[in-house]
Amino acid sequence: MANLINILDLSVEEIDRLMDLADDIMADPEKYNESCKHKILATLFFEPSTRTRLSFESAMLSLGGEVLGFSEAASSSSAKGESVADTITVVSGYSDIIAMRHPKEGAPVIGAEHALVPIINAGDGGHYHPTQTLADLLTIRHELGRMSGLKIGVCGDLKFGRTVHSLIEAMSRYDDNEFYLISPEELKLPGFVKNEYIIDKNIPYKETGSLEDCIGELDILYMTRVQRERFFNEEDYLRLRDCFILTEEKMKDAREDMIVMHPLPRVNEIQTAVDKDKRACYFKQTVYGKYMRMALILKLLEVEV
Amino acid sequence: MNIDSIQNGFVIDHIQAGKGMDLYHFLELDKLDMPVAMIMGAFSRKTGKKDIIKIDGEVDINIDAIGYVDPGATVTIIKNGQIVEKRKIEEPEILTDVIYCKNPRCITSTEQEIRHVFRLTDKSRHEYRCIYCDARG
Repeated sequence: MANLINILDLSVEEIDRLMDLADDIMADPEKYNESCKHKILATLFFEPSTRTRLSFESAMLSLGGEVLGFSEAASSSSAKGESVADTITVVSGYSDIIAMRHPKEGAPVIGAEHALVPIINAGDGGHYHPTQTLADLLTIRHELGRMSGLKIGVCGDLKFGRTVHSLIEAMSRYDDNEFYLISPEELKLPGFVKNEYIIDKNIPYKETGSLEDCIGELDILYMTRVQRERFFNEEDYLRLRDCFILTEEKMKDAREDMIVMHPLPRVNEIQTAVDKDKRACYFKQTVYGKYMRMALILKLLEVEV
Repeated sequence: MNIDSIQNGFVIDHIQAGKGMDLYHFLELDKLDMPVAMIMGAFSRKTGKKDIIKIDGEVDINIDAIGYVDPGATVTIIKNGQIVEKRKIEEPEILTDVIYCKNPRCITSTEQEIRHVFRLTDKSRHEYRCIYCDARG
């Protein structure tokens, strides 16, 4: 049975086909609005994430399906000490497909080992968040019209920022892309990601601590939030939080056709004044995300329309 | 001490010189209630020096653990004073409950009765990663 745990579970061709399907849904949503009738999506969120959960639920409802689930561990049996394996085994008897988010890395692998239905990883700690990456990829294809030959700047928390790791993994599979790794010293991209997906593939890259120095060269600026929950130490969080903020002023140096992306939620790393800039794509990303989740649900449920 | 002197047991041979004690501790041979001999710096035609461990008794040896510590070693199994099998050890693709994930954010730190499984992700770097969280072993 197919699951989606990591973006690399999908080949480039599979991702392209998913994006084609998402395009088709966007072009004619009515064609799909009963395609998952009588199917149930369970959204098991052991850690709160309103945006991702609502995106999944909206996707399933737009396909004519139904949803059930919980939005935090406190309202699930895990609060009583039930294992992930047992929860998933039980819920897979009540649903046709499961989207799960869990604070522990690798929890969806256990889910996939025990589920009787497809499992979608909706985020496992600081590890993977493949449907965010699918949303990112569709945004890039729609907004820029290509997946290759791009100068991609990733900025902020590159150490714990799982969306950045997955984006680099995914975009390193397309030709002629270059990466600009923009972060403070403490939040640099981990060596294993850099080695495996950039250096070993001979992909050009530049590491810098200054957004201003490279913003003019970029096709994509992918901003990330410095997340409180990834730090053990409040002092470190407060010190690094404000390091890399995108302002109207900095946008003046950016190219006219550059796009600004962000996995959201934003705290203060992009000034709200930037929102009205036509290059700001982060709210569109959430819409693309819903369509990609619709396409993914159809694929994993093997529904042909 | 000769192989012949063991009636039923194992000889772990061709251990890289200096790694014998690592393997001894890794396999927890100190906990065995049987004679165990450690020969360090023995002559080797191939490498000059090698370590050898002899275990005089029947016990379940974790071959994967030997492959993890020293993939160049060999294991000879002796029964009734005769060599019944000589096995060349290779790096195992999968390690189960040989090493343990130390990442506090990994699901293995909280899930009940979960086995710790690592996959060989880079043979040239002898690199194993947890199948759940991808942390290095």
